[in-house]
Amino acid sequence: MKIVAIQLVLIVAVVVVAVRLLRGRGARTQAVRRLGLLVFAALAAWSILFPSVVTSFARLVGVGRGTDMVLYALVVAFLSFTLTTFGRFHDFETRYTKLARRLALDEAGPPRPSASGSEQQEEPYAGS
Amino acid sequence: MDDTWVIIPLYNEEDVIADVILDVREKFPQVVCIDDGSTDGSADAAAAAGARVVRHPFNLGQGAALQTGFQFTLADPSMKYVVTFDADGQHQIADVVGMVERLRAGEAEVVFGSRFMDDRTKANFAKKMVLRAAVGYTNLTTNTRLTDAHNGLRAISRRVVAQLDITQNRMAHASELVAQIGASKAVYVEHPVHILYTDYSKAKGQSLWNSINILADLMLR
Repeated sequence: MKIVAIQLVLIVAVVVVAVRLLRGRGARTQAVRRLGLLVFAALAAWSILFPSVVTSFARLVGVGRGTDMVLYALVVAFLSFTLTTFGRFHDFETRYTKLARRLALDEAGPPRPSASGSEQQEEPYAGS
Repeated sequence: MDDTWVIIPLYNEEDVIADVILDVREKFPQVVCIDDGSTDGSADAAAAAGARVVRHPFNLGQGAALQTGFQFTLADPSMKYVVTFDADGQHQIADVVGMVERLRAGEAEVVFGSRFMDDRTKANFAKKMVLRAAVGYTNLTTNTRLTDAHNGLRAISRRVVAQLDITQNRMAHASELVAQIGASKAVYVEHPVHILYTDYSKAKGQSLWNSINILADLMLR
């Protein structure tokens, strides 16, 4: 088996991405995802070394070429990425909306400044 | 009328906001403007006209502004009713008086303004069609029967305001609000109101294209 330059480049890229994603701390729930990532990285490296593996798997599931199957997988992966990102942004938006609202309300003060609560707060400063 | 707060979401309406507030304050002295990150002098103009101003640090959207207004007025123990009112001058204060009267009479806990109960409001055909479709969708997906779902004019009593939690920051909040009121089992009525489509409000108003964005926001929530 002869290793081509592109195969080396791709393997290095996969390893770098995998290492970067694996680094950093996280909760226990992340472990499964990380194991999955390792498996994925191994499969990716394998398919780079033996491109025919993808093709034979594609044949097995009834897709003509390996590249086609990779493309389909990519479309699915991209869509799920889009959806998770959408959900994350939505959560993020909810959080910063609440934060901004809290700031705005605190800055605005009570709706009735002359109400009993704020009068007491202002008293210490009245004499000075 | 001191127990009624008028909530006006405000975003870049420098030219008209002072007149709108002065007009409202003739009947309802308690006015709060939620300045949603305006880049013009809207907030200062509103404060000068005698409204309380709550300033969002940056633009969050009209739904977020309404929720901020609800929480602000809930902090006032003497608040019994809130009115949501548009900043661009298309709503009539005479309509608000009638709506709050109906709350006060105990006829309902929520009064929705509707521009389709009589023919005073002049909207063009395309706008009417889109608004009808929006009502149809809202009626279908919520526990309510309304003739106009995307009207910014509403009068709501305290008990219901306390239950509201608007999370749709952008325009889909109108349907969300109706849905939450439907789910709360509060008694609601509709009140015929006159929406004045001035050249100003037409230029500032929603593009019909935005209805597609609203639908997407509602389905993806």
